[in-house]
Amino acid sequence: MTDIQAGKEAAAPAASDISPVPAIELDGVVKEYHAHGEVVQAVKGVSLSIAEGEFFSMLGPSGCGKTTTMRMIAGFEDPSRGTVRLHGQDVTNVPPNRRDVNMVFQSYALFPHMNVWENVAFGLRRKRVPEAEIKRRVGEMLEIVDLTGRENRRPRQMSGGQQQRVALARALVNNPRALLLDEPLGALDLKLRQAMQMELKRIQREVGITFVYVTHDQNEALTMSDRIAVMNDGLVEQLAGPREIYERPATTFVAGFIGTSNLLSGTAAQVSGGTAVIRVGDGERVLVPVGDRTREGGQVEVTVRPEKIRISHEQPDADVSAVRGVVSEVVYLGTYNSYAVNLASGAEFTVFEQNARDSSITAERGESVWLSWQPQHSYAIGSRTTS
Amino acid sequence: MRQKIAPYLLILPGGLWLLCFLVVPLVFMASVSTQEGDVVNGFVQTFHLANFGNALGEYKTQFLRSAGYGLAGTALTILLAYPVAYWIAFKAGARKSTYLLLVLLPFFVSFVLRTVSWKFLLADDGILLQPLKDVGLLPADFHVLQTTVAVIGGLTYNYLPFMVLPIYVALERVDPRVVEAAQDLYATRRDSFLRIVLPLSLPGVFAGVLMTFVPMTADYVNASILGGPANTMIGNIIQTEYLVNNDYPAGAALSFILMAAMLIGIFAYAKALGTENVLEAAAR
Ligand SMILES: Nc1ncnc2c1ncn2[C@@H]1O[C@H](COP(=O)(O)OP(=O)(O)OP(=O)(O)O)[C@@H](O)[C@H]1O
Ligand SMILES: [Mg+2]
Repeated sequence: MTDIQAGKEAAAPAASDISPVPAIELDGVVKEYHAHGEVVQAVKGVSLSIAEGEFFSMLGPSGCGKTTTMRMIAGFEDPSRGTVRLHGQDVTNVPPNRRDVNMVFQSYALFPHMNVWENVAFGLRRKRVPEAEIKRRVGEMLEIVDLTGRENRRPRQMSGGQQQRVALARALVNNPRALLLDEPLGALDLKLRQAMQMELKRIQREVGITFVYVTHDQNEALTMSDRIAVMNDGLVEQLAGPREIYERPATTFVAGFIGTSNLLSGTAAQVSGGTAVIRVGDGERVLVPVGDRTREGGQVEVTVRPEKIRISHEQPDADVSAVRGVVSEVVYLGTYNSYAVNLASGAEFTVFEQNARDSSITAERGESVWLSWQPQHSYAIGSRTTS
Repeated sequence: MRQKIAPYLLILPGGLWLLCFLVVPLVFMASVSTQEGDVVNGFVQTFHLANFGNALGEYKTQFLRSAGYGLAGTALTILLAYPVAYWIAFKAGARKSTYLLLVLLPFFVSFVLRTVSWKFLLADDGILLQPLKDVGLLPADFHVLQTTVAVIGGLTYNYLPFMVLPIYVALERVDPRVVEAAQDLYATRRDSFLRIVLPLSLPGVFAGVLMTFVPMTADYVNASILGGPANTMIGNIIQTEYLVNNDYPAGAALSFILMAAMLIGIFAYAKALGTENVLEAAAR
């Protein structure tokens, strides 16, 4: 887990070093739908470049345009504007059957009149792969997705999870240069889901194909991806590695969407040495590292993660951020306690406290407490930036 | 207890209806089919099974002709209806219901009237043939009426909607994502039609064949209006036996033979087509 995390930061730039030609490039891609005389912009201008062999995730709320973006890469939708390039080649007007990418559909889209074997063999048959090789590859693939012995089942005789694995096998068996997965693990229970995540990651490393992965699930995106594009309302809000997305969200949207995030805004009272001090109240202050453009008296929006905050009754030292509040809720969550704290400024903060030594709680409901955290754990975000 | 009665209550009205107007007449007809006598002196039940043998022997040609017309008409309706249904299901966009209504529009005019209007259209000196004859494209003695072509044409025309609708329903249920998945897996347009869309729409064709072949084979209107003496179908014979010759036992026997032949044909057809493939797709 930890070394995967550590490897990730380096992976994105490294991957683009290996192959100078990106596997997938979107250049100012816009998709408009005309519905009832109205123009709906499902994708409002996305430019991104996905390196060969990269595990690239698209994360965002329902309706933000993830599926539409993916369908344009696969060739099912023509972009209203912009260009799609696969391995350096402009494929904007190339039909899907002549694009060397395969897609795993959100709804599986298995062939209902064919059994599992025929479903998986479909792509290889169309490519006129010799029958003996089809037999071998389909057999191997079914073993990987743990469906050996179910070759003769029809899709509707299978559970949602099994169907999903058939859909995965049907795409993977073709060894495409890039695989597009639209929420491929959505129907699986937690255990199977985690097992499949590992499996996908392993397959991706072994075969070395580019994965474009759409998910609702931020944990899935954070643990599996080399880079993540956080999308909102047809635009990419932030495109970065998981650690950066989590630690340094570029916009308030990203901060709010990824994990639980506490937001606070105020005016910078004093800026020195890259650190701004935001005065909140008597004895309260927030220290935050800021960029060059922040000036004294300017408005700053600050985020801090719940697990970085310490909760205490005593006033903290002067070199950390410290704010005062009243505990409004305490929830015991097994490995940690979660506190909801109402700040004097009106903001509501969530604080996670690890149950490392004992499970006794630090503060009760209604008590006045101090919240404190290290300056480097808060992060100043601008307003919405579009990449 | 109530739960057990409810389903029976639901079928009660329909069941009673069928009992009164289908089962009772059928039993009555079955009885008539083995009677002897004539309309003046009355018919007597003698269990005269020879009625069946006689009827079959005498009208074998018309039986075979009816089956042939039915098959030809059904094949033609499939050829005509499939592209129409396909177009409405996949290409008509927001105007689907308008086009479906157009398909159903002929039903607003009586079956007999529509067939009679064909008679006017196809008349030897009618608006279709006369101009062509005038300009010499057709010989002066060319005719369509009173031919096999006219009867099969009429049958095809009259039963076309019964083929379009079930095929349309089946095509409409084909998930467009499944077709896309096929194209994603390197299938050409032709491949994805032949391997995905066509097999998934076969249940509709299957239903359409039942809904057209049976009434076409038993039809008598088209043959009597558009056909000649050489195009007589079994339906015309039955009609004549009942209404002209007043030979009720012969008419009843013919009806039963036709019914039995149809039932056997339908079962054989269902068995042949009722492979896993078709039935499973139909069940979805
Ligand atoms: N064919 C279409 N016609 C009109 N609008 C569409 C069409 N397809 C998608 N949209 C709209 O485009 C937007 C983006 O849809 P999209 O399916 O890409 O979302 P998504 O991010 O995949 O959402 P989800 O997570 O729910 O799958 C939505 O607002 C949707 O209503
Ligand atoms: Mg989607």
